Order: sequence, then structure tokens, then C-alpha cells
Amino acid sequence: MVATVETISAVEEATGKYKYGFVTDIESEKAPKGLNEDIIRFISGKKNEPEWMLNWRLKAYRHWLKMPEPNWSKLSIAPIDYNDIYYYSAPKAAEKLDSLDEVDPELLATYEKLGIPLNEQKMLSGVAVDAVFDSVSVATTFREELSKVGVIFCPISEAIQKYPELVRKYLSSVVPVSDNYFSALNSAVFTDGSFVYVPKNVKCPMELSTYFRINEQKTGQFERTLIVVEDGGYVSYLEGCTAPQRDENQLHAAVVELVALTDSEIKYSTVQNWYPGDETGKGGIYNFVTKRGSCRGDRSKISWTQVETGSAITWKYPSCVLKGKNSIGEFYSVAVTNGAQQADTGTKMIHLGEGSKSTIISKGISAGKSQNTYRGLVEINRGAESARNFTQCDSLLVGQTCGAHTVPYIVSRNPSGKIEHEATTSRISEEQLFYCLQRGITEEDAVSLIVNGFCKEVMKELPMEFAVEAQKLIGISLEGSVG
Amino acid sequence: MDSMSILEINELTATVDGNEILHGINLKINKGEVHAIMGPNGSGKSTLSYVLSGRTGYEITGGDISLNGKSIIDDEADDRARAGLFLAFQYPVELPGVSGMSFLRASFNARLRENGEEEVDHLDFVKIVRAEAKKLGISDEMLKRPVNVGFSGGEKKRYEILQMALLKPSMAILDETDSGLDVDALKIVSEGVNLLRHPERSMLVITHYQRLLSHIVPDKVHILSGGRIVKSGDKSLALEVEENGYAGIDDAA
Ligand SMILES: Nc1ncnc2c1ncn2[C@@H]1O[C@H](COP(=O)(O)OP(=O)(O)OP(=O)(O)O)[C@@H](O)[C@H]1O
Ligand SMILES: [Mg+2]
Repeated sequence: MVATVETISAVEEATGKYKYGFVTDIESEKAPKGLNEDIIRFISGKKNEPEWMLNWRLKAYRHWLKMPEPNWSKLSIAPIDYNDIYYYSAPKAAEKLDSLDEVDPELLATYEKLGIPLNEQKMLSGVAVDAVFDSVSVATTFREELSKVGVIFCPISEAIQKYPELVRKYLSSVVPVSDNYFSALNSAVFTDGSFVYVPKNVKCPMELSTYFRINEQKTGQFERTLIVVEDGGYVSYLEGCTAPQRDENQLHAAVVELVALTDSEIKYSTVQNWYPGDETGKGGIYNFVTKRGSCRGDRSKISWTQVETGSAITWKYPSCVLKGKNSIGEFYSVAVTNGAQQADTGTKMIHLGEGSKSTIISKGISAGKSQNTYRGLVEINRGAESARNFTQCDSLLVGQTCGAHTVPYIVSRNPSGKIEHEATTSRISEEQLFYCLQRGITEEDAVSLIVNGFCKEVMKELPMEFAVEAQKLIGISLEGSVG
Repeated sequence: MDSMSILEINELTATVDGNEILHGINLKINKGEVHAIMGPNGSGKSTLSYVLSGRTGYEITGGDISLNGKSIIDDEADDRARAGLFLAFQYPVELPGVSGMSFLRASFNARLRENGEEEVDHLDFVKIVRAEAKKLGISDEMLKRPVNVGFSGGEKKRYEILQMALLKPSMAILDETDSGLDVDALKIVSEGVNLLRHPERSMLVITHYQRLLSHIVPDKVHILSGGRIVKSGDKSLALEVEENGYAGIDDAA
């Protein structure tokens, strides 16, 4: 593929270790630090939310208070003080924007630095973007064009006001509020995120994309994304994430819910590049995310594709609940860890429907002193006659001090189910590196070439526009991993 | 320093894992010359090629190597390569998943950048590669595969020569490029190599067989034995080896 070589020049261009580590100087409006019912009322009030939404949040909060923090298996983690976090931070000028012209130019400049084209003229053709800065969605582009075909793409805060029936029908229908500690916390305090609705038989004419950025210090980001695709519809959605370089850890606890109805398809891609902290493990984002898709209708299909290069700690298992007959779940993942990063990521494929199928391709790359764990559950339930799963987990080690772990859980309650699991672990050999060096390729470019070759099967699942960006990221995140 | 020499090796000693394998090698190759090295298994031929190209773990303990009049012993392997040194491997390694075109273009552009020339884009590069590949009987299908993955022994060797043709090195070392080639392939590859003979390009051809040297006729032949060059001569030395083996030569050393 062409892009691999572009990776090389990108790596050379990148000067600093973490390219996105700048801070934007923008006045912001924050709620006081800490978490209590008043803060939740404040957030809800800021968003002009209806009464039902406030009550929903308060219920979630009260439930959260009673829940124990999860017990980390492979992750070692400094305790989080939930009262030392700002739960609401908004760039001051960013409220109620009608067009991009009203967005703070500093903010636009930030997105430009990130390589996110918010300026509609300059935009990649056919990609609509929603940008979330700290807690607030600042701009959604191409809305008009989308609304012509009936696709709704807007900040979820807006959807709560404009399309309450849709939101009430589907919100927490895939990830119940009480699902886990972070989903409960998110439900109580989420401030923004994207909402997508694709009506019957509509193939969304462009890629939809959201960029999340944490800018403020000591700010948590709790976004909430809900995507609903009606019968016969199709959408491809991409999210990208970055954060400035800071010494303290920051919390990101998102919830993403996907609903695919009969014969519909959702493709959800993530390029995650939150600040990973420094080599000693100081700073960085704690990325605790609940992502789940429900293949509710027959022959519906959900594909998760993720390229995870950032965060100090990642705890993330995008999952599919395969309810529909012959429904399909897919999970394609590349997780790169370097320095002192820890990633525990994988998927859950819950087979309920007859003839449901799932495919899992996971590529873990560990370098430095990092730890990279694949944790996956494949569950074939009684009604899932003739369900099938294929799992392939490959780990690539760069250097001698990192770790790769594969933890597959398999539950089969129906003897007609078929589950295949393949796993490999390999290392970039001295011989392979020397072969590249002997051709004049630098060591860093050689690692990047070999690693991108290793994750090819996953990269080809990404929308073309983003494959190049993802390859660059992988190269950048492995800088300094050899020699 | 002779301005005509491309590669000059003086009193070179080198160790692998603490064992001295090369015990003082002297060799000078002038511009445009083709030298052959023959020698028994384990005599240090591949080791010499790795030491020359700067592989990690092959430690120079004495002597010097200069390329185009400059000492290269402190340079990294990739610097030496970009300075014009090329090694066609005895056993080329597989790079799973790495697209051949991307790999070839990365090396090609690295060389162009080094020379301050403009890099080529993907489409132009594909044309260049196809033209060179055709001369070596390499199919388009093979070019699409990941580097060396699933190539037969002979295909790997051709692919090495393809890379040499693309990179146009000033000093090329060919380590047993003939082994694993069938009779027809040997002819194609030798013709490919002969096409690359050039007044500005020197070659060091490592082989066990006179057969290759009847295709690629060397200016000089050296016998490496026990980590030393024990005899040098013209192409007739290769015939002598073919006839009598190394026994007589070793005695002479
Ligand atoms: N890592 C190592 N540790 C110790 N000895 C080594 C190591 N690698 C190579 N050698 C030894 O160095 C010597 C030279 O090996 P080399 O591969 O250079 O031989 P060669 O002349 O290329 O042989 P062939 O004709 O079989 O290709 C051999 O005796 C080999 O066993
Ligand atoms: Mg050898």
C-alpha cells in the first residue's frame, strides 16, 4: 500500500515525542471541581435539559455511589480522586454556535494543528466532522447536506432537546446505566458527544467523524455517543482523540452505544491518540471506555475498527450483542504500547441469534516497558444455533522489556456453535532489521514498515482517508523504541 | 590512498560473539572491477560480508575498511548502504505483511534523499520497478507479495538482484547468489548482473562454483580460508579450485 512509505516521511516530520501535546489558550468556563448532585444539576442546567434527563442523571449518580471501583487485573493504576476533577469545562465562546464563523479562531487553529479540517472549504471531501473540545461540541459540519437525506448528525446535547423521543427510546438501551462503574459515572455527568440517526434504507452519503480533545487541566471527558441505524441503512463513523501533554493523569470515560436494525450496517472506527504520559509513566490519559453495539435486527452488521496508540492506561472492549438472526459482529484492532503504557483491550461477542457470526482480528504491538493485553470474550448462547466465531490474536514485541498477554474467554452453551481461536507472538528480529538497514532504510522507518505490515489486515478496514493518518500515528508512537 | 579504489580492506580482524572469525583480511577493489571470493564452508565469507555492511554483533577488533576513500567502520549499516554499499544476502529474510512495493520504494527514496534528489511517487516508481523486474523474469504477481514471503529460493535471489538494479550501488557484494538457482535462472540472473557491470560499479562475488564465474567473469579471484585470504589470482584460479578443491591451496597457506 502506498501509505506505508508516507509513514516514513511523517515520522521524520514529527519532531517532538508527542506531537499533539500543546495546550490551547482559550478562556473556559468550568463548574467547580468535584462531584455531587449540585454539579449534576449545574451540567443539566447548562445544557437546558428537560426534567426527565436530569432525573435520569441523578438516578445514575445515586447508583454509581453504591458501586465499587473495578478491580484491575493486568493494570497497575494510581488511585483516582473523583473529587479532584472538573466535570464541566466549556470554551467560553463556544455556546450556541450557528456556524463555524462564530467558533473561537484559537480553537479552529487547534484543530488545524491536529490535522482536523473544520473549515468546510478545505475539508476532505465527504467527511462530516463533529468536534468536541473538553466537554462541549463546538462545531458540526455538513449538517445541511446530511439533513437532505434525513440523516441526523448533531451533538447529543442538541439531540436531547430536539429529538427527545429518539434519545429516550435508545439511550442506555445498549449499555444500561448500571452496566459498570464508568458507565454509571458517565451517565451522571456526560457533557457532550455525538448523535447519529440514519432513517430506513438510507446509506449515509459521507463518512461521519468526531474529534475529541481534552484541553483543560484536571478535566475529565465524559462523552456519550449514540448511533441508531434503521432498517436497511448504513453509516460509517470515525472518532479521533488527542489531549495535551500534562503531568497529571486525566480521566476519559466515554460510553458509545450503537443500534443496528434489520439489514443495516454500522462501521465504527477509532483512531485514539490520547497523551500516553512520559517514559516514566508520569501523566497521561486514563482511557476507560464502554463501547457496545447491538445487532438488533436480522442480518444486521456492526464492525468495530480501532487503532489505539495513546493513553497511559486503556481499558476498552468494544462489543457486539448479536441478537438478530444471521447478524454479524466484527472487531479489528491494532493496539500499540510504548514507554510505560498499559493497555487492556479486546472485545466481547455475545451470540444470541441463530446463525450469527463474529470475527475478531487483534494485533498488539508492545515496545519499551509497556504491557499490552488482549482480553476477549466469545459467548455462544443457547438460542444461537450454528453461531460461528473466528478469532486471531497476534502480538509483536519490540525489544526485551515489554509484555504481551492474550486472555481469551470462551463460553459455549450451544453445541452447534463453532469457535476458532488462533494466536501468535513474534518479535522483530535483528535479521529483519538488518535487512532493511542494509537497503538504506533507517531503523525507525524499518520498525514502522514492519509494524505496519504486521497490522495490515486491520489497517485495510479503516476508511481510506484515515488509514494514512493511522499509519503515521503508529510510526510516531514507536519512535525511540529501538536502538 | 589510491583514488581508483572503491573498497579497501586493511588488516581487518573481526569477532562474532567473542570468537575471532576474520584474522587480518587485506583486499583492494578498484572502480569497475569484479572480484570473486571462493572458500570452504565456514571460512568466513558471509562473516566478511556482514562486517563490511555493518551488521550488529559483528565487531571489528582491528584494521580498517574504506569505501570511496573514506573509513566506514564507525558508520551504521544504513549509512553505509546509503553511501553505496549493497549486499545481496545468501539467505534473504522474510518481512511478513510488508508490501514489496512499499519496501522497495522506501529504500529507493532513501537513496534519492541521500543524493539530494527528488523522491519518486508511487505510480512512477511502479513503472521503474516493472521495467527492471522484467529483465530478471520477475512477475507482477511476485511484486505484489510481501517482501520475500513464500518466495522460492531462486525467486529470493532474483529479488536481491532486482534491488541491486534499483539501488545502483557503487560497491555490491553478492553472497552465493548462484546457490539455489536452476540452470536457466542462473543464466537470467548472471545476465542481470552483467548488465549492471559499469565502470563506476565494483562487485565482490562470493561463490562456491566456477559455473557462476563463467557467466560473470571476474577480474580477480581470492581464496578465503580460515578467516584469511590465502591466495589471489586471475579467473584461472577458480578453475583450479573446481578441479582440485581447496586441499592444495590450504597446504600452500
Ligand atoms: N554467532 C557466532 N558465534 C560463533 N561462531 C560463529 C557465529 N556465527 C558464525 N560463526 C562461525 O564463523 C565461521 C564463518 O561463518 P560464515 O557464515 O562466514 O562462513 P561462510 O564462509 O559464509 O560459509 P558458507 O560457505 O557455508 O556460507 C563459521 O565457522 C561459523 O560457525
Ligand atoms: Mg556464507
